[in-house]
Amino acid sequence: MTAALTPRNVVIAVLMLLLAAVPVYAAVTANTFLVTLFTRVIILGMAATSLNLILGYGGMVSFGHAVYLGIGGYAVGILAQEGASSGFVQWPVAILVSALFALLVGALSLRTRGVYFIMITLAFAQLVYYFGVGLDRYGADDGLTIGRRSQFAGLLNLSDRTQFYYLCLALLVVTIYLIARLVNSRFGMVIQGARSNDRRMRAIGFPTFRYRLTAFVIAGAICGLAGALLANHTGFISPATMHWTRSGDLIVMVVLGGMASSFGPLIGAVALLSLEEALPVLIRVSASPMFGDAAVRMAEYWQIVLGPLFLLVVLFARGGIDGLLAGVRRG
Amino acid sequence: MADPLLEIEALTKRFGGVIASDAISLCVPKGELHAIIGPNGAGKTTLIGQLAGEIAPDGGRIRFEGRDVTALSVDRRSQLGLARSFQITSLFLDFTALDNVALAVQAHAGHSFRFWRNARREVELRTPARAALARVGLAAREDVIVSNLSHGEHRQLEIAMALATTPRMLLLDEPMAGMGPDESARMVKTLRELKRGLTILLIEHDMEAVFALADRITVLVYGRIIASGPPEAIRANAEVRQAYLGEQEDRHG
Ligand SMILES: Nc1ncnc2c1ncn2[C@@H]1O[C@H](COP(=O)(O)OP(=O)(O)OP(=O)(O)O)[C@@H](O)[C@H]1O
Ligand SMILES: [Mg+2]
Repeated sequence: MTAALTPRNVVIAVLMLLLAAVPVYAAVTANTFLVTLFTRVIILGMAATSLNLILGYGGMVSFGHAVYLGIGGYAVGILAQEGASSGFVQWPVAILVSALFALLVGALSLRTRGVYFIMITLAFAQLVYYFGVGLDRYGADDGLTIGRRSQFAGLLNLSDRTQFYYLCLALLVVTIYLIARLVNSRFGMVIQGARSNDRRMRAIGFPTFRYRLTAFVIAGAICGLAGALLANHTGFISPATMHWTRSGDLIVMVVLGGMASSFGPLIGAVALLSLEEALPVLIRVSASPMFGDAAVRMAEYWQIVLGPLFLLVVLFARGGIDGLLAGVRRG
Repeated sequence: MADPLLEIEALTKRFGGVIASDAISLCVPKGELHAIIGPNGAGKTTLIGQLAGEIAPDGGRIRFEGRDVTALSVDRRSQLGLARSFQITSLFLDFTALDNVALAVQAHAGHSFRFWRNARREVELRTPARAALARVGLAAREDVIVSNLSHGEHRQLEIAMALATTPRMLLLDEPMAGMGPDESARMVKTLRELKRGLTILLIEHDMEAVFALADRITVLVYGRIIASGPPEAIRANAEVRQAYLGEQEDRHG
C-alpha cells in the first residue's frame, strides 16, 4: 500500500489517531462516556468491516449479518453462566460457532441471487432471533447479564476500560489489514470477479461457489468475534442484538462509509453512531427557540433526519463517504 | 478422419414449443476451423451454450477428447480446455483489461485459495495475460477500465479472455458482431493466426469472413442441420442458397 498524502488518507490517519487518543482524552477530562461510545463504534466498525468483505467486495447482500453478533455474544454469555469464563475458551467458541452457522447459511443461500438471497439470509437470522427469545434458561427475550468479562489470566484485564478499548482497536486494525490483504489476493480477485460477472467467472473455469462460501464463512467468523467483544462491552446479551434492524444498521454503515473500501465501514460506523448521538441533541437545541418544550419530543424523531441523509449518500455518492473523500483529490 | 476433438451426437434442446437444437450431430477434428452459419434464431448460441455447459440439453451426448462431458459443469469443461466467447459481450466491466485477462489465467493456474500475495503483482499471472492481450491487439490498452473500452475492443477482449485459459478448443459466438470493416478485417487476421494452433468452432454472420476462414461449414436452420461440408460445397448447395445465402444477399442487396 502506498501512503500518498491524499485528502482521503489524511482523513483516515486523523481518524485513527483520534480513535487512539480517546482513552487519553477521557482520562484527562474524566469523561467515560466517550470511551463507552467509541468502544461500541470500534466493535460495530469491525462487524461492518466483516460484512464489507461479502457485501462490498463479494456483492452478497446478506441481510442477517447481525446474527453473528448474537451468536458470538451468546457464546460468551452462555459459557460464562455455565462457569467457563476463560476467554481462551469463549472467544474460539464464538468464532467457531459463527463460522459453522455461516457455512450452513451460505451453503443454502449462495446458489440463489438477488432478493432470494437477501430473504434467505434474513430468514436464518430471524430463526436464530426467535430461538434466542425461546431460550428460557438464558433469559429468553429479556436477555442474559454477563457477570464477568472474559478472563485472560494474567495477560489482559478486560474489566479495565482502557485495556479493553485498546484490545478492540487492535483487533479492528488487524481485521482491516487482513481483509485488505485478502481482497487483493487471488482469493479476493475471485470473489470480486464473481461480484462483477459470475457467469463469466464460471465460463473461464472458476467454481465460484466454493470461494464465495469461504468468504461468507470468514465474514461470519470475524463478526462472531465482534459479537464476543460486544457482549463483553455491554455485559449483556439479548436477542435484540440480532434483530433484523441491527443487520440493517450494519448494511447502512457499509454503504454510508463506502462499499469495497478498506476503511469505509469504520467511517460508516463512526458516522452512523455519532449521528445517532448527535442528531437528537442537535434537533432539540435548534428547535427549542421556536417550539419550546415540544423540541424534546421532536428530538425523538431524529431518524426522520437520518433516513433522507442516508438516501442522499446512496443516490449521489455511490462510493459512500470514502468515495467522496477519494473524489476530492480528482476534483 | 483425423482425431475427433469434439463429437456431438443427436443433441436436442426445446424451449417450450421451440426446438432450438433438433438432433444435432457433428464432429470437429483436431485443428479444424468449423463454422456454423444460419439465420437469426436458428439455434447457434443455444448450441454453444450446451457445449460450454451453461444450457442442459434435453437429449443427446457431447464428447470432448473422447470423454463424455454432457453432465459436466461450465467450470469443469473450461478446465478440460473448452473456452467460449460470448455473442453479447460478457466481461468484468469494473476491472482493467489486464485484470480481466489475468483472471482467466488465474483460473487455470491452480486453486485460488491463496489469501496473502497481491495477485496484481504476480508475474506468473500478469505475463501470460499481457501475451493474450497482445495476440488480439490490445497490448496498449491494458490499464484501461473495461467499461471505457470501445465495442470493438470489447470483442477483442472477449477473445483474449478465452485464449488466456490456454484452451484446446475455442467456441466463438459471432466475434465480429457489430464491428466496422476495419475491425472485422483485423479480427479475421487474428482468427487466422489462432487457427494455426487451435481447433475452433466459429459462429459468424459475416459470410466473407466465414468462407475465408472455415475448413468446413455447417448450416443450421430451425435447430436442424441442413448441410455440412467444405466451403465450396456449401456455396453450391441449392437448399442452403435458398434457405440462407439467398436471404442474406437479398438483405444486403
Ligand atoms: N432461454 C431461452 N428461453 C426460451 N427460448 C429461447 C431461449 N434461448 C433461446 N431461445 C429460442 O431458441 C431459438 C434459438 O435461439 P438462439 O439464440 O440459439 O439463436 P441464434 O442462432 O444464436 O440466433 P442469432 O443469430 O440471433 O444469435 C430462438 O427461437 C430463441 O427465441
Ligand atoms: Mg446467437
